[in-house]
This record gives sequence, C-alpha cells and structure tokens, in this order.
Amino acid sequence: MIMPHFGNPADGSWTEHYPELGTGPVDYSDSIDPAHYEAERAAIFKRTWLNVGRVERLPRTGSYFTRELAVADTSLIIVRGRDSQIRAFHNICRHRGNKLVWNDFPREETAGTCRQFTCKYHGWRYGLDGENTFIQQESEFFGVDKSQYGLKAVRCEIWEGFIFVNLDPQAQPLTDYLGEMAKGLEGWPFHEMTEVFSYKAEVGSNWKLFIDAFAEFYHAPVLHQKQAVKQEADKLLGYGYEGLHYELHGRHSMLSSWGGMAPPKDLNMVKPIERVLRSGLFGPWDRPAVEGLDPLPPGINPARHKAWGMDSFFFFPNFQLLIWAPGWYLTYHYWPTAVDRHLFEGGLYFVPSRTASERLAREIAAVTFKEYALQDGNTLEATQMMLKSRAVTEFPLNDQEILLRHLHKTAADYVREHAGAAR
Amino acid sequence: MLPAEFAALERFSDWVLATEPERYAKRLASSMEEMQAFYDAAFPLLERAMAHLDAFELHDLPEAERNLLYLMQSLIMVSFPVEVWKQPRVPDSGAAYLDLVVEPRV
Repeated sequence: MIMPHFGNPADGSWTEHYPELGTGPVDYSDSIDPAHYEAERAAIFKRTWLNVGRVERLPRTGSYFTRELAVADTSLIIVRGRDSQIRAFHNICRHRGNKLVWNDFPREETAGTCRQFTCKYHGWRYGLDGENTFIQQESEFFGVDKSQYGLKAVRCEIWEGFIFVNLDPQAQPLTDYLGEMAKGLEGWPFHEMTEVFSYKAEVGSNWKLFIDAFAEFYHAPVLHQKQAVKQEADKLLGYGYEGLHYELHGRHSMLSSWGGMAPPKDLNMVKPIERVLRSGLFGPWDRPAVEGLDPLPPGINPARHKAWGMDSFFFFPNFQLLIWAPGWYLTYHYWPTAVDRHLFEGGLYFVPSRTASERLAREIAAVTFKEYALQDGNTLEATQMMLKSRAVTEFPLNDQEILLRHLHKTAADYVREHAGAAR
Repeated sequence: MLPAEFAALERFSDWVLATEPERYAKRLASSMEEMQAFYDAAFPLLERAMAHLDAFELHDLPEAERNLLYLMQSLIMVSFPVEVWKQPRVPDSGAAYLDLVVEPRV
C-alpha cells in the first residue's frame, strides 16, 4: 500500500470513483488486432471531432494548409475565406479526382496563401469558399452546371482558436462534443501564445500506446530518472508519482499534476544550465505578463491545489492539451497510419520572446521536450513488439493509470456502438 | 564572427548554426570530447551573453550578436549530452527520431 501524499477521493481510489471502469486487468489486443484497427477508423476517426491546428496558422484571407488523414483515407484543405471564415474541404478535384493542393510529393502536407485553388491536372478552379469558378473547355462537357461541382465540404468548427474537423456530416456541434471539460478552460489566453515549436515523428506503435505514455506519469521517475540530478532522481524514484487530481468527462479526461520545478524549491534540484536560463522541462520559471493567467478558469487546477504545476486534458480521440502553471501550453496529436504505426506531433506554445534571454529560456524547454519524447517514443516500439507476441494479453493498470483504462474502454465502446448501429 | 567580448569562443564558430536540425545533426556527429570542450568554454559565458544580447532588439540583432545567440542555442543543444547522458544520443533512443518542423526564427 502506498502512502498518498496528496490524498485520494472519498471512494478510496480515483478508479473506483468511476465504477464503470472496473479495476481488473485490461486486454491490450485492441492495440495489435488489424481488424479492430479497421473498426476504429470507421467508428472513431470518421465520426469524431479532430483538431487539425490553430487559427494562427491561417492569418490572412487565402491562408491555407492541407492535412493528410491517412486514418480516414483522405486529405483536407483548411482555408480562410474572404469573409474570414475558416472552412475545410476534401482535397479532391471534382473533375476526375486528382488531389487538388500539393507540392512535389502528393503524400506530403503543404501550406501557403492563394486567391483560388487550381487543379494541376486540367486547370479546374475553385474559390476560397469551395465554389467552382472555372472549368477548362466548359463547352466540351455535357450540360455541366458549375454550381454543382464545388469542393466537397467537411464540417469545420472552432473552439478557443483550435480548428476541428469532422468527417461525419451528421455529427453533433463541436462545443457539445467537447462538453464541460472544454467549457472549463475557456478564457485562458491561448491566443497570446504564438511562439511555436512543432515536432513530428513516425512512431512504431498503435496510436493509443503513445496516449497511454502521456496519460500517466507513473513512468516518469523511472524512465526519465537520469534526466534529473542524481539526488533528486533518487528521491523521485523513492516517492513514485501521484497525481493531484483525476477527472473523467464522458469521452474526455484530465489529470492534474504537481509542479515543483518551475521554479524549483531548491536550485540543486535542477541542472546547471537550467539555473542560468531559469527554465527547463516545466517551461520558463517566470510567467509572461499577459491577461488571463490569474485567476485561472475553473477547469484548470480544478482541485485548486497549491502545489499545482500542470494539467493534461485529453480530448478523445487524439488530442492532448497540457497547460502549465508558468503560462504556456503543449499540444500532442496522434494520427494513426496503421495498427502498429502513427504520426506523433508535439507543439510548444509560448508568449513571444521579447529578449534573447526569453528566447533561450524557451529553447531549453523545447530541447528538453525532445530528449524526453525520444525516450518515450522508443519505449513504445518495444511495447508494441511484445504486445504483438500475445505471450501476455491482459495487464494490470494501477490507480495512477486511470486515464489509460478510460481511453481503451472509450475507444472499445465507440467500436461496439458503431458495430451495433450498423447491424 | 562574434562580439569582441566573446572572442574566446571564436574557435567554436562551427557551432554557429541557425536551426535546430543543424544543431542536432552536429551534436550527433560530435564526440563527447568536442562537446565537453565547447561546453566548458561557453557555459561560464552564458550569463554574460544573455546580458549582452538583452541590450539589443531581439528581432533586429546585428550579425555578430545573432551569431552569439545561435552559439548559445548550440550550448543548450550540447547541455544534455554533457550534463546528463555522457553520450551524444539519448540513451535507448535507437532509431527513434523527432524532427523539429517549425521553430521561431530570429
């Protein structure tokens, strides 16, 4: 029995607070079974709201980017129109199906600014609102009506500057889907944090395994022990990890964590370069001077804990938002490409640096993020390999791993409900 | 290449690199002896470099100052191998990679 430092809910454990989760071992076949992966594509990724980026990526009329969605066998164009509305379209020309927007490599994403989209193949043109504006040799066609050959729209809605798409035209509105957890974050100054570092990697694991890795910090004192100074690492390993607070909100979930590192109580806890830069894994120690960080919206640090350092919000199915006490945020996205592969994207968002010192403080945070993520990423490949052996299929998850239990259950519920509806 | 006050670091000017992918590639291609020598010379000057650079407008740095900033970014890049790993690569990271595809440029 561990001795809790921060206390558990009255029910005795975070997990038992949600009886539907159970406490038994969890079957991880959902991460290796190709048929289950196919079912997840249809039941989850073609029907839920997916975050494809921030509005700051589309600053002007005609700003656009493409987003490859291998998991749904499509590519999307996200574009800001003349009415400054952001819209999403399938990236396909209505003439004969050529991919409309791409450069050099059809499988790679691209971005830019344009007045209209012109197909490379036969020159059909579309306005920023998707309307068909030009058909090459129109008179050769048989009674073709341009108004019927606009780009195929995809549901696109925005929450707090985050652009979401949904391939299901019948989907509920975004804010209903995101629910009360998102409501509780509204007003935090996401829009001020426009200095961005963005990482990308292809990872040899099922998409859910990387979410697992970032949905618990039980691993942190062990896997990352060398990253702390020796004395601190030993102490962390001895204590283990306990979250301050866990909460499930329907399909979404959050965990709230302590944050003794920004600034550290004792400078000897951190590495020499962090002492000079006043920054590290937990970000710059000094809060930026922007509105909205104090007081915090009610959904952030929901337990109002004094030791609070960071909240991790997981929006089903593949978007994680980490809000840090010193005033910056991280995003994680997991884009499946196969049952045992996915593209991982990590973004660090800061209030823009005003000085070189501030720029260097952000640099060490971004560099440190990469050191940790490389350790995590490779461990996942090792896990995927051994899950595939099926030598063991069921695994005990502890109370600090409640969000993993919830994720695998939620994904399985979607698959089951979709199969039920299809019958 | 660098402001006069930092002439002692001129011999590490091959670490004046504008982007993270270049700095990371140089780290992987360097020996621990090379990185330790760079760290030992540059780390004691980090605080002075910050004070020096902060007197300038960040987005309008003269060339020598911009080079100094890039050099300090490289110092941050080698700090993990030197202070933590004692090897250029993250241990057990094997073939794993993580590419920085967007970074704020100065």
